[in-house]
Amino acid sequence: MKFGILVNEGPYQHQASDSAYLFCKAALAKGHAVHRVFFYHDGVNNSTRLTEPPQDDRNIVARWSKLAADHGVDLVVCVAAALRRGIRDENLAPGFRISGLGQLVETGIQSDRLVVFGD
Amino acid sequence: MSEAGVAKKFMFVNRTAPYGSVYALESLEVVLISAAFDQDVALVFIEDGVYQLKKGQQTKGIETKNFSPTYRALEGYDVEKLYVESESLAARGLSEADLIVDVQVLPSTELGRLMDEQDVVLSF
Repeated sequence: MKFGILVNEGPYQHQASDSAYLFCKAALAKGHAVHRVFFYHDGVNNSTRLTEPPQDDRNIVARWSKLAADHGVDLVVCVAAALRRGIRDENLAPGFRISGLGQLVETGIQSDRLVVFGD
Repeated sequence: MSEAGVAKKFMFVNRTAPYGSVYALESLEVVLISAAFDQDVALVFIEDGVYQLKKGQQTKGIETKNFSPTYRALEGYDVEKLYVESESLAARGLSEADLIVDVQVLPSTELGRLMDEQDVVLSF
């Protein structure tokens, strides 16, 4: 099955990003495809390379980057939501790209299931 | 037809009050893009989401943009399926007459059936 993923919450504050990541890992391990992960609302904060969690905590941003590198998952950050929150190309972590909401709608069209993670 | 050549049934489930969090405003942005992609779009308002359609919103005091007029513009984007849950209205002492746009008021059981018919359900 081809999944599209929507992440609506920021990292560390809310479990949505962790759950979305673990869902993607599990889906890929079962042989499913993840067409795209779209980051919206405070979810755009998952994409900043300036994130520096304590050593003994998971690195949520780096985890997403690795998922993109290992599995070619398309990580898309909403441009309007990103600019509102100070996320720009120059502070984007590897594997992420900034684009428009049309990318979310397109994922809804092209995926078999769009799964929303948020409040 | 959309760029991808497919029209799917998109339903947006609005559950939050218009101010206090950004969900309602940013949800409306996705609605407009979906309509621009010629998708079959429906909006549902439940729980505090019914306040998004309340008449007479005044936001000057909180220095936030009053975006409620946008709901009236949806018709121009061919977004005409607006559903409001009757239980949520009643629980908040509201009626259809309090809303800024024409909607269909339905009980949760009916809304559940409608959700079942959708291809994509986005909840904000």
